[in-house]
Amino acid sequence: MELKDKLVSSFPAHEGGTDVRSPLHRIRTEAMKQFEHKGFPSKREEAWKYTSINTLLKPDYSLFPEGGKGLEFEEVKRYFIHDIDSYRIAFVDGRYDEGLSAMAHEGFDICLMSTALEKPGYREVVEKYFNSTVNTEDSLTSLNTAFLREGVFVHVPKGKVVDKPVQILHFSTGSEPALLLQPRNLIVAGENAQVQVIERHQSLSDHPVLTNSVTEIFAGKRAMVDYYKIQNDKLSASLIDNTYISQERESHVSVHTFSFGGKLTRNNLNFYHRGEYVESTLKGVTILEGQQHVDHHTLVNHARPDCESHQDYKGIYGDRSTGVFNGKVIVEKEAQKTNAFQQNNNILLDDKATVNTKPQLEIFADDVKCSHGCTIGQLDDDALFYLRSRGIPAREAKALMMYAFANNVLESVKIPEVQARINKLIARKLGVRMGFASEE
Amino acid sequence: MAYTEEELKKELETKEYEYGFYTDIESDTFPVGLNEDIVRAISKKKEEPGWMTEWRVEAFRAWEQMKEPEWANIHYEKPDFQKISYYSAPKKKDKYNSLDEVDPELLDTFNKLGISLEEQKRLAGVAIDVVMDSVSVATTFRETLAEKGIIFCSISEAIREYPELVKKYIGTVVPQRDNFYAALNSAVFSDGSFCYIPEGVRCPMELSTYFRINQAGTGQFERTLVIADKGSYVSYLEGCTAPMRDENQLHAAVVELIALDDAEIKYSTVQNWFPGGKDGKGGVFNFVTKRGLCETNAKISWTQVETGSAITWKYPSCVLKGDHSVGEFYSIAVTNNYQQADTGTKMIHLGKNTRSTIISKGISAGKSQNSYRGLVQVNSRAANARNFSQCDSLLMGNNCGAHTFPYIEAKNKTAQIEHEATTSKIGEDQIFYCNQRGIDTEKAIALIVNGFSKEVLNKLPMEFAVEAQKLLEISLEGSVG
Repeated sequence: MELKDKLVSSFPAHEGGTDVRSPLHRIRTEAMKQFEHKGFPSKREEAWKYTSINTLLKPDYSLFPEGGKGLEFEEVKRYFIHDIDSYRIAFVDGRYDEGLSAMAHEGFDICLMSTALEKPGYREVVEKYFNSTVNTEDSLTSLNTAFLREGVFVHVPKGKVVDKPVQILHFSTGSEPALLLQPRNLIVAGENAQVQVIERHQSLSDHPVLTNSVTEIFAGKRAMVDYYKIQNDKLSASLIDNTYISQERESHVSVHTFSFGGKLTRNNLNFYHRGEYVESTLKGVTILEGQQHVDHHTLVNHARPDCESHQDYKGIYGDRSTGVFNGKVIVEKEAQKTNAFQQNNNILLDDKATVNTKPQLEIFADDVKCSHGCTIGQLDDDALFYLRSRGIPAREAKALMMYAFANNVLESVKIPEVQARINKLIARKLGVRMGFASEE
Repeated sequence: MAYTEEELKKELETKEYEYGFYTDIESDTFPVGLNEDIVRAISKKKEEPGWMTEWRVEAFRAWEQMKEPEWANIHYEKPDFQKISYYSAPKKKDKYNSLDEVDPELLDTFNKLGISLEEQKRLAGVAIDVVMDSVSVATTFRETLAEKGIIFCSISEAIREYPELVKKYIGTVVPQRDNFYAALNSAVFSDGSFCYIPEGVRCPMELSTYFRINQAGTGQFERTLVIADKGSYVSYLEGCTAPMRDENQLHAAVVELIALDDAEIKYSTVQNWFPGGKDGKGGVFNFVTKRGLCETNAKISWTQVETGSAITWKYPSCVLKGDHSVGEFYSIAVTNNYQQADTGTKMIHLGKNTRSTIISKGISAGKSQNSYRGLVQVNSRAANARNFSQCDSLLMGNNCGAHTFPYIEAKNKTAQIEHEATTSKIGEDQIFYCNQRGIDTEKAIALIVNGFSKEVLNKLPMEFAVEAQKLLEISLEGSVG
């Protein structure tokens, strides 16, 4: 059975237990209709021109896993940023794992999506924000909405600062032959609130896993949200990440995406400005090898005056890997004094590696500063020679240069331990020892 | 005597099309509509050989299966292809040997355009193959060119007299079924220019053609084929103006350039079709397919100044097939009032050590939309390919839009590609800087716009630079000095 048919036919069973009068039921049913109508995206669509998900749809995915055995913290400790104190929410095969997690309810809420949807205490926040930024035209987002069951809910009220970073981890144990996960997160930061989030998806077996994740982030006036996505999964796992961010006046939101692993990764990152003097930062480092495929699809919608956005994506592509960058900046008529900057630099290491990039600008206001730059090249032979002539072996010299290439993205990472971890992952990916212990 | 941007904007809005006039020459026009019989009739009328007729019919059949493309960032009412007359020729069919024999009314037309044949002939040394409503009526400097072995004539004449050349090259760069408009053109093209430069010859003068749409309700379907044989050089100019009409006129041209080994073709265009009235009424629909093929060590350079047309859909491209070949694209696109332009280029790198440069300048004013759409593709075998692209946009006023859609696809690790785009308006600080040095605001704006476009204007041949300046002046009067 085709995956689409399977999803459509299993929807009623999934929806069976829900109260038909609840607004959630209506949202899900509508989302399902939308997905049924549009189906999975194909290469014929402009937004998916360079990325085909056809091969991902082949396995017979289990939609409702039975919840595997729990995991011991020691087994998976290395996937956490464990050298700092943090709030943790971990899922194993789509189910919440209490043993690995540390939630919070004092001053702010860091808990489960299911709790937020069910408990009346959260109704006000949920009704106001849930599903309000997503693009309902996007079929994968609709699919996630239709099947939404679990995820993370973070609510930081006005003036509160979350004292420790929040780590979100999704493990899959391979208890099912193939697994489709659809986590759904909602992060609401009120006026002057601050929160840092680290998200990671990790498969522990070689069974195929497809994750179709949707995250909504709301930043209130002067709120600060820092989001780090660490994508270093096994080659059997694929990820489609849809993130929607809505920013009020003077808020700062930054999203860093580090893509090193996974078979196919698609990051749909959408920023919407709802007030003046907003700052948005989108940065990413991608290092690929083998037949990996990573597609960064960003949208920054400047709708209000005096806002800034910075995009900086670096890619290093080896073997037969493919990198795609499709960055879109829209500056609406009202958005005067916008400052939008977009940069995409790529290095191709091998003849079979491919880069497709499309930095796109759509500008309707005249008093703006918008620029984008894009380069594709290779490592500078002269610089390589310089390093080698000073006794640094070719491999290390190359790694050093690639490391330098990616470095200005790393510099803006605000949590030192995350920065250190990314450094280690890069060193590992580049196959060199740079004085770091081996960690994942 | 302060001249503000506000005033400039106002002036831009009120500036009417100056070249709107209608030349009354009797023409012989086909009934409206398009079917296979019309295609055959056009071919017959032009006394074409059988293979050409079949080629057209084949294109027509392909066209029937095709859909009008919708991906471009332009919005318009689609033309009804069955309401267009596909052939119209001036009735007097004699060929002229000198200008004296040419219809005085026609000469008057060109005088109004400021491109009088006499003047061109005497001063500029330009041979002009004048295409007026599809059939070529005057050709000059034929003899000088003939001495060098250069063939420069209308495409219909070439089909009759040099069938082997035409047969060998036509449709090789832009195949009949390449796209909707190219297929339509292949089926019904009425006339156009043909140029062949023999091996090792450097064409001593700039070749140029002026296209005009004249008869009400007739679309114009030009077909240009330029072949530069090994080691030759040619600079080809094309300029367009069109009279004022209320209903939309369709223009779907195809230009094919073939640069064989070591050859160089420089193709310059100044396009000033009627852009439509201030309220967005009327104007020419310009759907053009232009493409060049470069063999080893060859070079093709496109330069365009696009100021006219209600809709522009045009992507002059280079297929860099041979090793060491070079492609260049220099463009200024000016849109005003309700004009829409979606223009750019494609650089397809196939050979080794190929290089390409793209410089695109877009200026939008009024309520217009100006898009750059480009593709840089480096094939897996195109080692050491090099590309540099720069797209700058200048916005005047808050009702227009500037868009950039660059596609960059690299499949070779030795590729070096750089792309840059900026969007800005004329800065108050820039004007202030000029004012401070005693340059009034009007001159300052002129200076800035001129400087903004200079990289492209510099690439135009001397003879054409004057015309280009003139057209920029019309579109953005008061800003270009």
